[in-house]
Amino acid sequence: MSTEAALTPSSYIQHHLTNMTVSLGEGSFWVLHIDTLVMSLILGVVSLGFIWLVVRKATPGVPSKTQAFVELLIEFIDDQVKNTFHGERHSFVAPAALTIFVWVLLLNSMDFLPIDIMAWIYENVFGLHNWRGVPTADVNTTFALALSIWVLTIYFAIKVKGFGGWIHELFCSPFGANPILWPFNLLLNLIEYISKPLSHSLRLFGNMYAGEIIFMLLGMWAATGVAGTIFGAVLGVGWAIFHILIVVLHAFIFMILAVVYLSMAHESH
Amino acid sequence: MNINFTLVSQAIAFSIFIWFTTKFVWPYLLRAIEERQQKIADGLAAGERGKKELELASQRSSEVLKEAKQRAGEIIIQAEKRASDIVEEAKKNARVEGEKIIAGAKAEVEHEIFSARESLRQQVAGLAVQGASKILHREVNAKVHADLLASIETELK
Repeated sequence: MSTEAALTPSSYIQHHLTNMTVSLGEGSFWVLHIDTLVMSLILGVVSLGFIWLVVRKATPGVPSKTQAFVELLIEFIDDQVKNTFHGERHSFVAPAALTIFVWVLLLNSMDFLPIDIMAWIYENVFGLHNWRGVPTADVNTTFALALSIWVLTIYFAIKVKGFGGWIHELFCSPFGANPILWPFNLLLNLIEYISKPLSHSLRLFGNMYAGEIIFMLLGMWAATGVAGTIFGAVLGVGWAIFHILIVVLHAFIFMILAVVYLSMAHESH
Repeated sequence: MNINFTLVSQAIAFSIFIWFTTKFVWPYLLRAIEERQQKIADGLAAGERGKKELELASQRSSEVLKEAKQRAGEIIIQAEKRASDIVEEAKKNARVEGEKIIAGAKAEVEHEIFSARESLRQQVAGLAVQGASKILHREVNAKVHADLLASIETELK
């Protein structure tokens, strides 16, 4: 329901998949997706700020309903981390898991906002053309998160085992310390190190991107008439309900995988 | 699907958020939760202790009750014995007293009988003297017939 004159299916989808960009310099790399960045920053600040406000006044006595809610969330995360990560988790891993879960959940949840209505609001209320509302449907976000976790796994691996220990593990596990096996060990470890952030980020990106596309395809039925509009709306509701599961599930999977990778970095083989 | 500088900026934002949570969110709530857990544990322990103390107290109270019952029984037995003793003694005393009274009464009765008989005899003697004087149609001189009167009197005894 874009206001553009020549409205074809491909232009409709193109319109919804174009990021608002700011060019920082020469070349295609020095570009900033301002919509992704602003949405994720707003959601991060709001969600973590809310938790911070609650936590600042946390009492050990009878908790308020809001505090009980935040405690429930934190204890849920803490339980998950405790089951996966067997070390001192309170100094980094558990709070990081909380950040990931809350943030990614909210970023994913932007998918629930009706895509065309939001596009209209962004365009007519805020004056923003080509504003994408779901930051996790932007591959930059998921890669940023996954690569940050990846860097942290290498950091913790070196911190726990020492640089020599880490190098030793690269060559000597999982097959054994025999020099003949060194190339195979190294090859396997390199593949693992490359595949981890790729699968980690692309899993989340793919699901959210596909969810967005399906909403768009259902939205396009509105172009076929009243029956198509109603049918598309009904299916859209169905997909949105199913999408609740996907959104929460993938926020959870993303967090658990991050914890698993961090705990693998802490364990020596 | 183009990788660009957004990635770097998102990574920076992510690091800042993680740092914020680690520094300002997690420790405070964890402390509150742990303090509450401690409080609950303390409360449960206190409850357990109270229950144990109650059990002990009830045990002691039942012991005291049992002892008191036993002593009360003993006291009752003693009191019954004492009561029967008192009754026994009172009966004995009453019997002795009664016997004394009966003896006194008997003595008095005998005395009465004796004095009545005495007076009766004197009257009889007087009557006899009167009768005799009437028979003799003269005044019996008491002075003259004193010996006669005395002999009659002794005979009448």
